[in-house]
Amino acid sequence: MLIQYLLILFVFFALSRVVMRAKAHEITTREFLFWFFFWLCAAIVIAWPNSLNRFADVLGVGRGVDVVLYAALVILFYVVFRIFTRIERIERDITLLVRRKALEENDHEPR
Amino acid sequence: MKRVAVIPAYNEERTIGTVLSELRPFVDAMIVIDDGSRDATAAIAEREGAIVYRHFLNRGLGAALGTGMEVALRQGADVLITFDADGQHRANDIPAIVAPLLRGTADVVIGVRTKNKHAMPVGRRIANTMANVITFFLFGIWTSDSQSGFRAFTSQAARALDLARYHFENMEVSSAILSQVARHKLRFFEVAIEPVYTSYSLSKGQGFREGIRTFVRLIIYRVLH
Repeated sequence: MLIQYLLILFVFFALSRVVMRAKAHEITTREFLFWFFFWLCAAIVIAWPNSLNRFADVLGVGRGVDVVLYAALVILFYVVFRIFTRIERIERDITLLVRRKALEENDHEPR
Repeated sequence: MKRVAVIPAYNEERTIGTVLSELRPFVDAMIVIDDGSRDATAAIAEREGAIVYRHFLNRGLGAALGTGMEVALRQGADVLITFDADGQHRANDIPAIVAPLLRGTADVVIGVRTKNKHAMPVGRRIANTMANVITFFLFGIWTSDSQSGFRAFTSQAARALDLARYHFENMEVSSAILSQVARHKLRFFEVAIEPVYTSYSLSKGQGFREGIRTFVRLIIYRVLH
C-alpha cells in the first residue's frame, strides 16, 4: 500500500537524522541506540503490519496496528506530562532568579 | 506591632501614587514589588515613600506577592497586608482588616467584596461565585470572595504560607493561598470591605479566557501538591 511506502520513506529520513546527530556528537551513544532501534522497530511494524497480531492476541486487543496506536497514545500523554512538569520547574526557577536579583539589587543600594 | 503593606504592581502608574499616599497613614512601611513594569510605576512608588523591589521580568501576581511577603518578613513585619495597586481597595478598611489579628482571633483575614452585593457588577459577581465554588471543591475551603487581593496575615501565618517556595502565575495565587490556609489549619476570618469599582480597576480584572486558564492551572496545582 502507498501509505506503507510513505511511512517507510519517513522512517529512513528519521534514521538518517539520528545517524547525523550521532556523528556530530549531539546525542549520546545511549540515545543513539534508543532512537535507532525505535525507528527500526517502526520500520518493521510498517513493513509487516501483521507481525504484531500475535502480540495483540496475547494482550486481548483486536489487531497489531491497534496495539501500536494505543501504546503511542499512552506514551504521548506521558511525554506531554513530563514536558509540562519540566516547564513548571523552569518557570519556578526563573521566578526564583528574578526574585533573588530583586532582593540583591536592594541590598546593595544604600538607602 | 509593625504593619507592612505589600503592593504588587504591574504598569500601574495611573493609580499607584494615589493608592500609596492614601495607604501611608495606616501602615508602618509600604513595599511595592514592581513586577517588570514598563512605565513609571517604580519611580512614582519611590517618590511616595515606598520601598521598591523590582522584578526585571514580569513573573505574575503570585511571584510578586511571594517576593513582597519575603521582604516584609525580613523587615520584621508583625502584620502583613496585601493591597492592590489599581485603586480598588480603600485604605480606610485597614483597621477593620487588621483588628482580628491584633485581637488574636485570626491568623489570616480576607477582605471580602461581596458582603455588599450591589457594589459589584453582575458579570463580575457571577465569575466570582464560580471561582468560590471551584476553590471550595478543589481545596475544601469556603470563602465569599476567593479572588480578593486585600488580605492581612500575622508574620507566623505568612511564614507558614511560604509563598516564595511555589510558583504561581496570576490569579490562581488567591485560591492557592486559601489552600495553604486550610493545609496549615490557620484560623481565617472574613471582613467586609467596600470595593471601589472604576472602569480602570475593572479593566484590570481577569477576563473569561484568563479565568479558564486560572481554572486549569488550579486543577494542576491541586494534583501536583
